[in-house]
Amino acid sequence: MSKAYLGIDVGSISTKGVVLDENNHIKASTYLWTEGDPLYAVKRLLSALKAQLDSSQDKIVAVGTTGSARKLIGAMTGAAVIKNEITAHAIGAMSVHPDVRTIIEIGGQDSKIILIENGIVIDYAMNTLCAAGTGAFLSSQAQRLHINIEDFGEIALHSTKPTPIAARCTVFAESDLVHKAQIGHKKEDIVAGLCKAVVTNYLNNVGKGKKIISPVIFQGGVSKNVGVIKAFEEILGMPVTVDTNSHLTGALGVAILAKKSKVENDFCFDMTDIEFKTMGYECKKCSNNCEIICIYRENEIIDAWGNKCENGAIRKSYKN
Amino acid sequence: MKKLKASFPHLGSYHAPLEVFFTAGFGVDYIVPPPITKRTLEIGSRYSPDYVCAPFKYHLGNFIETIEAGANTLVQSSGVCRLGYYGELHEQILQDLGYKVHFVNLAKYKAPKPINFYNGFKEIKPDMSLTKIAQIFPVVLKMFEHIDEVEDFIRQNVGFESTIGSFDKVHADFLSDLRMIRKKKELNNTYRNYMKRFKEISVKKPNNPLRVGIIGEYYTIMEPFSNHYIEKELAQMGIIVDRWLNVSNTLLHYPKKEMKKHIEDYVKYPMGATSIPTIDRALDYAKKGYDGIIHVKSFGCTPEIDTIPVLQNISNDYKIPILYFSFDTQTSETGFTTRLEAFYDMIVMRKEAKK
Ligand code: SF4
Ligand code: SF4
Repeated sequence: MSKAYLGIDVGSISTKGVVLDENNHIKASTYLWTEGDPLYAVKRLLSALKAQLDSSQDKIVAVGTTGSARKLIGAMTGAAVIKNEITAHAIGAMSVHPDVRTIIEIGGQDSKIILIENGIVIDYAMNTLCAAGTGAFLSSQAQRLHINIEDFGEIALHSTKPTPIAARCTVFAESDLVHKAQIGHKKEDIVAGLCKAVVTNYLNNVGKGKKIISPVIFQGGVSKNVGVIKAFEEILGMPVTVDTNSHLTGALGVAILAKKSKVENDFCFDMTDIEFKTMGYECKKCSNNCEIICIYRENEIIDAWGNKCENGAIRKSYKN
Repeated sequence: MKKLKASFPHLGSYHAPLEVFFTAGFGVDYIVPPPITKRTLEIGSRYSPDYVCAPFKYHLGNFIETIEAGANTLVQSSGVCRLGYYGELHEQILQDLGYKVHFVNLAKYKAPKPINFYNGFKEIKPDMSLTKIAQIFPVVLKMFEHIDEVEDFIRQNVGFESTIGSFDKVHADFLSDLRMIRKKKELNNTYRNYMKRFKEISVKKPNNPLRVGIIGEYYTIMEPFSNHYIEKELAQMGIIVDRWLNVSNTLLHYPKKEMKKHIEDYVKYPMGATSIPTIDRALDYAKKGYDGIIHVKSFGCTPEIDTIPVLQNISNDYKIPILYFSFDTQTSETGFTTRLEAFYDMIVMRKEAKK
C-alpha cells in the first residue's frame, strides 16, 4: 500500500479533483460540473476518482479542499486542510512552475491575479463583482453569435483586425457587440475583439496597479481559449504559459498542502453511500438574524457555521 | 413639556460616555442606540439614496431604531467630509417618513470653536446648565480616552487568550460600569481596576507574533459590524492588531502637522477626511516592519479611494503587503473571508521566508 493525497476544488460552476502520490505525481484526476449541488458533485467526483485508482495499491490518508464550497466539502470529507483558492492556486502553480511570477486566473464567474516573488505570494486581487471579464460573459456572447464556446478561440485566431468593443461592463459590451455586428463587422473580428475586451477588462479591474512580470501562467476555464491567450500575449508583450492541467491547479495545490500538513486520517470512498445534507436556520436571538448552516451526516450534525456570535452557536453532536 | 429623550448614532463602544454626557450634563434621558445589526443596514438602505456612502445608511437606520426605542431628540455630529452635509438629508428623510422628532445637527455650528459648540448644545436643551456641562465634560473626554486605551490593549492580546471570550466579558463589564460614573476619581479607579483585570487574563503569546495595522475611513474602521468584525477575525488568526484611528486620537491627540511632515515625500496636499492619518499610519507601520496593513473603507468613500495610489507606493517602497477592503451594503461574506485568509497565508509565508 502506498499513501495518496486527495485535493478537491469545488467552485460554483465546476468541481475538480486530483489524487497525488508521495512524489506529487497525479494518479487520478477528474473534472465535472457542480450543477448547483456541491455535495452531490463531490459524490460523483469521488466515484470517478475511485474508478481510476487501484484500491489495493493506493490509500488516501489526507484530504484537502478549496473553492467556494471548501468548508462544506471539508466537513463532509473530514479534510486535513481547508484552504482559500488564492493560496491553493499559488501552491499548485508553483509546484509545476517554481519560477512563476504572475498567475492570471479567469474562471466562470470570477477572476484573480496572484503575484509571486521567490516562491512567496506577495500580492493578489480578486474580482467577484463584475462578470465582464469572465467565462460566463464569453459563453453568453458566444451564444448570441451562435458560436460554440469551444470554437470561440480558434475563430478569433483568424481575425486580422479585431473589432474594438467597449469592455467596461457587460451591458455596454453587449449592446456594443450588437451594434458592431449590425454595421457589418466580420464575425471573426468581433470574436477576436471580445477576447481582447476580456483581457483589457481584466487588466483594468483585477490587474489594476499590479506589475505583471514574466513568467506568466494563465489558468482557469478561460485559459483554454486560444483567442484570449493570444490577446494576453499581445497586450502584455510577453509569453503566457497555459498547462494542459491548468484547470486542476487549485485541487493540485490543496492536495500538496494536505500532504504537507502531516495530518492523516482514515478516508474511505464509500462516502458516496452516506447521506449528507445541509439545512439553514435563522437565529432569532438578535436582529442580525444570522443564517446558520448545519451539515448533517445521516441525520447527525457534523458541523455548523454562520453565527456571528457565540449565542447562536450550534454544537456538533459527536458520535462515540 | 415632553421629557427629552436624546440619542446619538451608535459607533463602536462609545455609547457609555455619550450617555453620561447627556444624562449628567444636560439632564435629559439618553436612549442607548440599539447595536448595529443587519436590520440597521436594511432599514438604512431602504430609505437612503442608493449611491450614498455606507455610514449614511448606518446612521439613518440607527436613527430609526433609536426612535423606535423611544428617542425624540436626535443628535447628528459634524463631519470632516460629506458626513457634514448628511445631517440635513437625514432630517429631511426622517421628516418625510413621518417621524416627529427634534433633530439637532451639530454640523450647522461649525466646530471646533467653543462658542459654536455652545450654540449647538443649546439647541439640544435651551435651559441647560452650563456648570453641569462644564463639570461633566472633562470626565466624558477622559472616558473616551480610557475606552480607547482599553481597546488598544485588547487588540494586542485578545488573539492569544487562553480561554476564548475572557477579554470580551471583562470589556462588556467595563463598558457597563462606565455608565454609572460621574466623577473623575471614580473613573480613575474603575479604569485602574479594569486594566488590572485585563492584565490578569491569561494569554499565551508566541515569541514573534504577526502584527497587522488597520487604517482607513472613520466609520467603517470603528464600527465592527460594518467591517465584518475584521479585528476579531484577525485576532482569531493569532495576530496582534494595531489601529490609531479612534475618537480620542482624532479629537484630542491629532498631530496633524507632524503627520503632514512625516508623509511629505508621498503627498503634498491633504485629500480630506481621514486621508492624512491613513497615509501617515501606513508609512509608520511600514517603517516599523509590520507584517501587513489592512485598509478598510465604505464603498464610494472618495477621500480613501484617493489614498490608495499613495498606499501602493508605500507598499512597493517598503515591500509591505496591503490588503484593501471596500465594504458596501452587500459585501459577500465568502469573498471577504477568502481574501482575508489568503492575506494571512501570505504574511505567514513571508515571515517564514525571512527567518
Ligand atoms: S448568531 Fe449571534 S449575532 Fe447572529 S443572530 Fe444569533 S445572536 Fe444575533
Ligand atoms: S469619509 Fe468617506 S465614508 Fe465618510 S462621509 Fe466621506 S465619503 Fe463618506
